[in-house]
Amino acid sequence: MDSITKIKTENLELFYGEVQALKNINLDIKEKEVTALIGPSGCGKSTFLKTINRMNDLIVGCKINGKVIFDDIDIYGQDIDIITLRKKIGMVFQKPNPFKMSIYDNIAYGPRIHGVKKKSSLDEIVEKSLRKAFIWDEVKDRLKTNALSLSGGQQQRLCIARALAVDPEVVLMDEPTSALDPISTLKIEDLISELKKNYTIIIVTHNMQQGARISDRTAFFLSGEVIEYDLTDTIFTNPKNPKTEEYITGRFG
Amino acid sequence: MKKKLDKLAELLFITSAIICVLALLLIMIFIFYKGAPSILETGVFKFLFGVEWQPRAEVFGILPMITASVLVTIGAILIGAPVGVLTATFIVYLAPKRIGNILKTATDVLASIPSVIYGFFGLMIIIPFIDRFLAGGAGGNSILAAIIILSIMILPTVISISESSMREVDISYRDASLALGATKISTIFKVMIPSAFSGIMAAVILGVGRALGEAMAVILVSGNAPFMPDSILAPVRTMSANIALEMGYASGAHQEALFGTGVVLFVFIFIINFIFYIVKHKGGVKN
Repeated sequence: MDSITKIKTENLELFYGEVQALKNINLDIKEKEVTALIGPSGCGKSTFLKTINRMNDLIVGCKINGKVIFDDIDIYGQDIDIITLRKKIGMVFQKPNPFKMSIYDNIAYGPRIHGVKKKSSLDEIVEKSLRKAFIWDEVKDRLKTNALSLSGGQQQRLCIARALAVDPEVVLMDEPTSALDPISTLKIEDLISELKKNYTIIIVTHNMQQGARISDRTAFFLSGEVIEYDLTDTIFTNPKNPKTEEYITGRFG
Repeated sequence: MKKKLDKLAELLFITSAIICVLALLLIMIFIFYKGAPSILETGVFKFLFGVEWQPRAEVFGILPMITASVLVTIGAILIGAPVGVLTATFIVYLAPKRIGNILKTATDVLASIPSVIYGFFGLMIIIPFIDRFLAGGAGGNSILAAIIILSIMILPTVISISESSMREVDISYRDASLALGATKISTIFKVMIPSAFSGIMAAVILGVGRALGEAMAVILVSGNAPFMPDSILAPVRTMSANIALEMGYASGAHQEALFGTGVVLFVFIFIINFIFYIVKHKGGVKN
């Protein structure tokens, strides 16, 4: 494991009220790699993902112990600016959720709230982000139309472009293809493989083949714990823990 | 047996629906039947733009009433709509659940207070206040008093409809905005409220309808003088007040002119509802 660690968790625990959703998570997430989080429903993988950009803060009664270290800083420490943190750690959601505004405004939304006002800069960011998300050619002639008129797959790529527009370092993806058809899914997978050249990507997926296809490392979650974390090849061909083997061979989940 | 019961139930539903539509049709026909001849007799232009209302001399011009209705409604919306929309925003996005529930209950109670009580409140509190501090003893019955009362009266409508339209906005929009590093407030104002815009407009338009149609509370606070107002402190008579005030004793041409006022009011309400319909369907971009 010689690549650089981008995010590291130390004894991370999370409680929803009395219920413990994450138990003692210690993970090293490497820079410019794709890390897949797999496991059955309710195993805590999405919850874990949301601890990284502090989206769990929105949930009443959610309590977190331990550390999430991002670029040597504990993001649950004092004096953390959540706005800057979320600018650096973008997120793509399970269901495509473009805002009810034009394609252009969807992309420009992030830069605008972070203070970019000049039309020429915004134009440039919009084009660059849409190109990075492989959707520029499909929408360049109708940037002013409502984003909700796009197909589901296009909407999801638009959402990826929107996340990229604020220039993040990490992109979190919470089952980004689970609501999409196979062809759209494939496009997003290609896109993810392209994006890892410049971004650290953490993806939650229900689809094990997808995890195997696109990720460099895989963490297997079960009942709030990480059962096994290793190179994806190792996890899928030679897992050390019998539970991992059971899961990836489809015996449960 | 079961089939028969089914048929019977269906019949019951259809009958209820027919009664509803029939009532609307009957009211429309009745008002136009009674009111339209009077307007035509006076002359449409003279009726709508005449500034004299003298029933005894059979001079029927309702421009003062139209003016009063429009001014009072605009004023009520200018105050009531922002207050209502911001209250709804607070309930939906900012208030802790318990406080939100208290506010909602308060809104519901506000909606259930009879309009005569609103009028009475205006009479006892708002009018003396205006009289003393703004009109300098010249009397507080005025456009302003009607505006204040109406802006309170439309709050429940504006609040509850904007609230439900805000709740319909996909909560994942909020997450997406926050995940981009937006603050809570800019998320609300730049994403959530714009996404609920058509519903909020609908709420405001229904508020307009309520303000335009209200008679009782307005009668008690507006002074009811059928003259063109020259200031916000002038007493006025709205269209609905005009009908409610005089219908009890009017007869002949006078009564018909009141129905004529009803026709104009009806057309106003009809236009409002039409705008409501347009706004509702224009905002309906399907996902």
